Amino acid sequence: MRPFTYTGAKTTAEALKAANANSNSHYLGGGTNLLDLMKEDVERPNELIEVANLEHKQVIRNEKGGLTLGGMLNNSETANHRDVRTWYPLLSMAMLSAATAQIRNMATNGGNLLQRTRCPYFFEVSMPCNKREPGSGCGALTGMNALHAIFGWNDKCIAVHPSDMAVALAAIGATIEARQTDGSSRMIEIAEFHRLPGDTPEKDTNLEAGELITAIHLPRPDFSTHYYYLKIRERASYAFAIISVAAGLQVTDGKIIKAGLAMGGVAHKPWKLTSAENYLSGKTPNQANFEAAARLAMKEAKPLEDNKYKVKMGEKAIIRALTQAYQRKA
Amino acid sequence: MKDINNNEESYNLTEDENNILDQIGLNDGASRRKFLKQLSAASLSVLASAYFTTDLFATTIKDLPDEVKALLNEVKVNLRVNNMVKPLTLDSRTTLLDALREKLALTGSKKGCDHGQCGACTVIVDGKRRLSCLTLAASCEGKEITTIEGLAENGQLHPMQQAFIKHDGFQCGYCTPGQICSSVALLEEAKNGEASYVTEDFKDIKNNLALSEEEIRERMSGNICRCGAYNNIVQAFKEVHSGDDVMPTWEFATAEQMAKAKI
Repeated sequence: MRPFTYTGAKTTAEALKAANANSNSHYLGGGTNLLDLMKEDVERPNELIEVANLEHKQVIRNEKGGLTLGGMLNNSETANHRDVRTWYPLLSMAMLSAATAQIRNMATNGGNLLQRTRCPYFFEVSMPCNKREPGSGCGALTGMNALHAIFGWNDKCIAVHPSDMAVALAAIGATIEARQTDGSSRMIEIAEFHRLPGDTPEKDTNLEAGELITAIHLPRPDFSTHYYYLKIRERASYAFAIISVAAGLQVTDGKIIKAGLAMGGVAHKPWKLTSAENYLSGKTPNQANFEAAARLAMKEAKPLEDNKYKVKMGEKAIIRALTQAYQRKA
Repeated sequence: MKDINNNEESYNLTEDENNILDQIGLNDGASRRKFLKQLSAASLSVLASAYFTTDLFATTIKDLPDEVKALLNEVKVNLRVNNMVKPLTLDSRTTLLDALREKLALTGSKKGCDHGQCGACTVIVDGKRRLSCLTLAASCEGKEITTIEGLAENGQLHPMQQAFIKHDGFQCGYCTPGQICSSVALLEEAKNGEASYVTEDFKDIKNNLALSEEEIRERMSGNICRCGAYNNIVQAFKEVHSGDDVMPTWEFATAEQMAKAKI
């Protein structure tokens, strides 16, 4: 690991000031991803500004009838919070599918959103990777790409975003609050928070330099009855998703009033399945409609050499997640 | 003792040694002499390194000019481990795991992968299990750390330690301190009613959970055991968790079973 100075910020203002003063600094939350990447020489900050001990550790009911989750609260406490479990069980389920108890006890909510990709070419510094070293090429494009994207990729980057929490947040429709270095706050819709690779795959999100995630705002809970987070992986636990589906349904009088659907492991960002959501709205929750929605969702899929299986798997995963979500008893 | 640098005759090589030198093309006079001399020098330096004490290195560091010393990014932290406080001055890069093992000689916590993938370094921080390999020591000021060395009380092993012995919850033992710390923390998580991915209904919130085997396996998945002692680890956990004096589920095969197995 390269040398760095350690700055234990006591207040948010102090952290923002330190970040503003050093463009080569990095905020340190739980460290579960950042320290690993620093050991691998992928991340090379010369200063770490610890923010895990700052305020922003509450779960509070917000004025829109939803919840606001503190950015520095850890994943375990968030997923297990009484209000989150009661009103956003989809989020609890997705968060608890991620990593392990040890890691969830460390990882902060803000840090979870800022995880870097698990693409092996990104981790291996001897390999070309436009995300790690812009302009060096994409090793995965013609290399081993069984675990890579089927949506929204280009020849600069085919990596996928690893967060489970972010997939549930996309289905729910969360808003991210970021504190800017001048102390003001701005709101970013989850759909606009992560980016597709475009010409700058080195940028995972639309956060600006020095911005700090202080909160995640959840809208009024629509999917507290019918929810399911399906995670398909190479082993039953403690692995990143090959494909995951967050499914939430609001059903009244035998009709779907609202559907929330997002997919993980398929794109550079949590992949919101808008066409399937729209299709399901107003329909009867049955197998035929779930199948039609799944086909619609996968229509634009563009698989690579080794991940053609993901198209069929994705379709089946959507059907299964919707079925499981609907079958939950109120 | 013969002077090996000047006496060609002292290089009485065995047949094997000659073969090796032949294979690497070094068995003609001049290059052979040079190679063997270098080999001797290299062997000497390996021997000598054992005599470099930590004191000697410390003196060397003290002698470095100030600007180089500043690059070490010293941080001071009071580590509270197993009810004792140790003031430490560390390189900012020092992980909690390295501080425990290298500075406090608490070598119970193990460095398996050093990348948060195996759980061998699991310790309990403020009552919660965490990975010490991905925790900076600098961020532990004011926190209460418990390692495997701190679980026994008054000369009595922790019930979880006793259960691991009774149920043979290990083979090589390398993952065991992490497994036990993780298990001890999991007891509390179950008491507090924390959910897991395999929890049936996330909205059913209650304390003092009685964990099924499936639940235990999911919740312990952060501790990898290369020897595959999982069945016995689950048994050990179950015994302490349930408070029942569970008999081990394994038994020695009978002569009849052994005979059948050979067919």
